[in-house]
Amino acid sequence: MSVTDKQSLNPEKWVSLYADYLFNYAIGRINDRDLAKDLVQDTFFSALKARDNFKGEASERTWLIAILKRKIIDYYRKINSIKGKAEVRMNFYTDGEREGEWLEERAPTDWSGEIEKKIENEELAHVLEKCIENLPEKYAMVFRMKTIHQIETEDICKELDITTSNLWVIIHRARTQLRKCLEENWFKN
Amino acid sequence: MKLTCDEASAICDKSQYKEASLWEKIKLNIHLFLCKKCGLYAKQNRIMSTCLQKLKDSENPKTQHLNQKEIKCMQQELKTKIES
Repeated sequence: MSVTDKQSLNPEKWVSLYADYLFNYAIGRINDRDLAKDLVQDTFFSALKARDNFKGEASERTWLIAILKRKIIDYYRKINSIKGKAEVRMNFYTDGEREGEWLEERAPTDWSGEIEKKIENEELAHVLEKCIENLPEKYAMVFRMKTIHQIETEDICKELDITTSNLWVIIHRARTQLRKCLEENWFKN
Repeated sequence: MKLTCDEASAICDKSQYKEASLWEKIKLNIHLFLCKKCGLYAKQNRIMSTCLQKLKDSENPKTQHLNQKEIKCMQQELKTKIES
């Protein structure tokens, strides 16, 4: 590795130049301030360790974001492999004659009351936010990326290394869960 | 041609992002015509999308920043690593 290549990296300036940018990127994917911050810090540490691999072909910022993306995939894989207590509830019969039909207790019921008026209520957004937080982390992460941050389907799949059908299954489960959560916490009086 | 409620509601979810195909939408509409539960689901899903849109609008303008203390702290830790 030649001296000139190394000169294009300035670790001393990383935090002041890129910390905020990287943080914003991370928080859009991982809705946890401390965790996002840790990932950024971790990105700097990894970058420092791998500085000799920096070819100088891409900008410093692009290089750092690539490392952060890697961290986010690793994080997603980690939460994806956590099974058990956080599993999303079933909404449909999974076998037998009624396979694919709504489970009795999970089926939509009429939302009574003046719905239009309730949508305007700011508290509803708060309830919705709580419901999203209650989703298993993996579902919340993908759902937020798609719905709140409106990242393209293709980009999410690439970023998290999942298939399109995988993504839609997650969105489907997240939304049926959210519907139920809203019903229980808001529309049922 | 015939969808289960599971499949129908999945297409309904997809269509909230305008990403369901024409054929999927046709199959969905036939199902919605026949199934009251999924009809409710579709209606509530639209309500939910409206709420989510509001949530998005309220969240997006505020880009999140690190505060000075956090920046300082990061800087300090990185500096230690650089020097070691």
